[in-house]
Amino acid sequence: MTETTAGAHEAHGTPTGWRRWLYSTNHKDIGTLYLIFAVVFGIVGGLMSVIMRMELQAPGMDVIWGDSSTQEHTFNVLVTGHGLIMVFFMIMPAFIGGFGNWMVPLMIGAPDMAFPRMNNFSFWILIPSALLLVGSTVIGDGAGTGWTVYAPLSTIGMTGPSVDMAILALHLAGASSIMASINFITTIFNMRAPGMTLHKMPLFVWSILITVFLLLLSLPVLAGAITMLLTDRNFGTAFFDASQGGDPLLYQHLFWFFGHPEVYVLILPSFGVISHVVSTFSRKPIFGYLGMAYAMVAIGAVGFIVWAHHMYTAGMGVDTEAYFLAATLVIAVPTGVKIFSWIATMWGGSLTFETPMLWAMGMIFLFVLGGVTGVVLANSGLTTAFHDTAYVVGHFHYVMSMGAMFGIFAGFYYWVGKMTGHQYPEKLGQWHFWITMVGVNLTFFPMHFSGLAGMPRRIADYPDAYAGWNLISSYGAYISFAAALFFLYVVYRTFKSDEKLEANYWGEGATTLEWSVPSPAPHHTHEAPPTVR
Amino acid sequence: MNSVTPLLWRKALRNVPLVGATIFAALIAGAGAALAQEAGLGAPFDWQMGFQEPASPVMRDIIDFHNFMLWLITIIVIFVLGLMLYIMFRFNAKSNPVPSKNTHNTLLEVIWTVVPIIILVVMAVPSFRLLYQNDVVPTPTSVADLYGVDVSGEITLKATGLQWAWEYEYVDNGVFLFSSCLYGPDYWCFGGEAPEGAHRLLETDNPVVVPVNTLVKVQVTAAAVIHAWAVPAFGVKIDAVPGRLNETWFVAERIGTYYGQCSELCGQYHSYMPIQVNVVSQEDYDAWMAGQLAAMQPDRLKAPTTEFAQQGITPRRALAIAPDLAN
Repeated sequence: MTETTAGAHEAHGTPTGWRRWLYSTNHKDIGTLYLIFAVVFGIVGGLMSVIMRMELQAPGMDVIWGDSSTQEHTFNVLVTGHGLIMVFFMIMPAFIGGFGNWMVPLMIGAPDMAFPRMNNFSFWILIPSALLLVGSTVIGDGAGTGWTVYAPLSTIGMTGPSVDMAILALHLAGASSIMASINFITTIFNMRAPGMTLHKMPLFVWSILITVFLLLLSLPVLAGAITMLLTDRNFGTAFFDASQGGDPLLYQHLFWFFGHPEVYVLILPSFGVISHVVSTFSRKPIFGYLGMAYAMVAIGAVGFIVWAHHMYTAGMGVDTEAYFLAATLVIAVPTGVKIFSWIATMWGGSLTFETPMLWAMGMIFLFVLGGVTGVVLANSGLTTAFHDTAYVVGHFHYVMSMGAMFGIFAGFYYWVGKMTGHQYPEKLGQWHFWITMVGVNLTFFPMHFSGLAGMPRRIADYPDAYAGWNLISSYGAYISFAAALFFLYVVYRTFKSDEKLEANYWGEGATTLEWSVPSPAPHHTHEAPPTVR
Repeated sequence: MNSVTPLLWRKALRNVPLVGATIFAALIAGAGAALAQEAGLGAPFDWQMGFQEPASPVMRDIIDFHNFMLWLITIIVIFVLGLMLYIMFRFNAKSNPVPSKNTHNTLLEVIWTVVPIIILVVMAVPSFRLLYQNDVVPTPTSVADLYGVDVSGEITLKATGLQWAWEYEYVDNGVFLFSSCLYGPDYWCFGGEAPEGAHRLLETDNPVVVPVNTLVKVQVTAAAVIHAWAVPAFGVKIDAVPGRLNETWFVAERIGTYYGQCSELCGQYHSYMPIQVNVVSQEDYDAWMAGQLAAMQPDRLKAPTTEFAQQGITPRRALAIAPDLAN
């Protein structure tokens, strides 16, 4: 009791021990928890992809455990787990929960998030969610539905508890994200420092704001869709069962109405991070700030009306396809604005190539590579050649595994000194970049070739002719995973470093508010709102 | 040795960006090399980098449009790469110690918005044409008008996706085929030995047979879960959805054997439900069809095994699934 009453004042000190983390209401601590979570699941999801690549390294079913009654299903379970983990438990926690929590209050001059306790809940509800998903691989046969969980494969096609557990995992992760979204929207709209109008807000904050709006508007649709899956599976409804008047395509429309905004949820925060990094290491303010912000708004808005370009072969009718083709092409315009604005930011700058800048420039180039194959895929006339081939896998890994993940690494190296007070070792950071660069390109570039040659995606075994490029892809995946392990070593070395860091260790190029507080950022910052000119 | 190795390491470490850039450039160059390959007909070949040889007018159009797109996107990527390399050399801190403070240029911003729009519009015109020609099922005459292909007649083929095989019905004459990936004593192709030179995971026990230069309308559906019926050389891919009858079409211009695979995740043995289409001359097709019809004489249809009867499988279908048993 005495502790509680005395705590009224001391509650603002740094709590210690497990209470600091489990009970945390501090945006920095919660951000750190999210980042640790993302690293752990990045390794888990990465391991799954390594097993998949080992199986695909050569024709035949040689690697995955079990016999022909389970091997292929296990492969599908890995495909599903890899997709869901990387989307919901790696990229989203790293960007929104991790960097978003850490940097949004710092950048807008707020002392914390608007709803600190809800912030705590948003993180900790992810743990049961992750346990359900991981559990679904070992309890029952595993969910081998792909991350899209298409009905009727996910309803009548897969019995047992696994798919139910995966669906409930998605529900919890969705609830977590919706709460986080409400938190960010409230924080950004109401807690900006005096003088910081929306049009003076840093681009990373813009990117998070747009991202959480996308989540808030799309996740309830996913929740509805997967609830219908649950009741179809367990309670005799027939939303997606054609034999009882349901429609399997309804599920696809609902899923992709969520799914397409979701992929922008993954890439938009990366855009935000890259803008900061490019501006900092060019020692120039961002070029065309308003264009950059509204390009993201446009990408987010158009992202809601292009969903059925994932369903070109479903038999929608030619006029519908034509509409989605046109709408999808439109996205190339704001995306082009962003690319060219980054280039114009660097133009005339005084560039140095520290690790964050390497990741940022790598991201820009590889995102362009993934973007142009996206423009190819937008053409529904080509879809009969491309749909569900390895080409698609190559495309979306270029924009996700390079576009989004490179952004995460750029942000990590950019802010790790601010977050921990320890600077990363520069040479090792650069090695990490180059090893990853070689690895991911070796992995994903050949997928374009095997896709053009006709190799379907999500197959456990393939005709022998595809062996060559698959072998290269597999070697690339091993190099990429080695780079991920190397990253853990870099993190270890970072924490061993005792280099003293200034508040703004990047110098004149870094102008946002997080650089006005000491490194590491103290437990409480901006207790009095800073003034923004 | 002991003294040399760390020195090399240190040297390499000092030049990380240079070493990295060299390796990366070498990789890109290696990947871009030897693009001019001879395409195979109907099936993929080792180290293939492009599309399969087209066997239908639609696939020819797809390849033409994709070649146009490939040029376009290659130019865009090289343009961006060139800009970035120029920036790295011209505007690094050594060459340009004092950064400019330029943050706006309205003309530039208008240009990089309008030029992509123009490019997209230029691209959209052939894209829409391709889509409508590809997607709308034509008549034999309109195929002749659109593609200049002399088409003789049409047949309708119904493909039903099962877990994990395809069942075909020649709708015009009621012939059923059960086409699976079947070799050797084991039911699935991974169990038995494929014949010498066979295309593993592509060949089926009962290939679809269609006549050359004929409009083949394909109606596609599925029994339980979604599959997709695809033959790359024809430029055909359409989902097989339970409760829907999707329709697509192709005109095969060349006699030969063409392979495809199920292209929608359909469960455990998704990798093992290939599609094999034998394109034959009209005479060979007629002979084959006569043989199929002869094999379906009524007296042979009367005696399904009890096993099939219990499963509710009709005699005609039983014959298709396992002719020997049904007999």
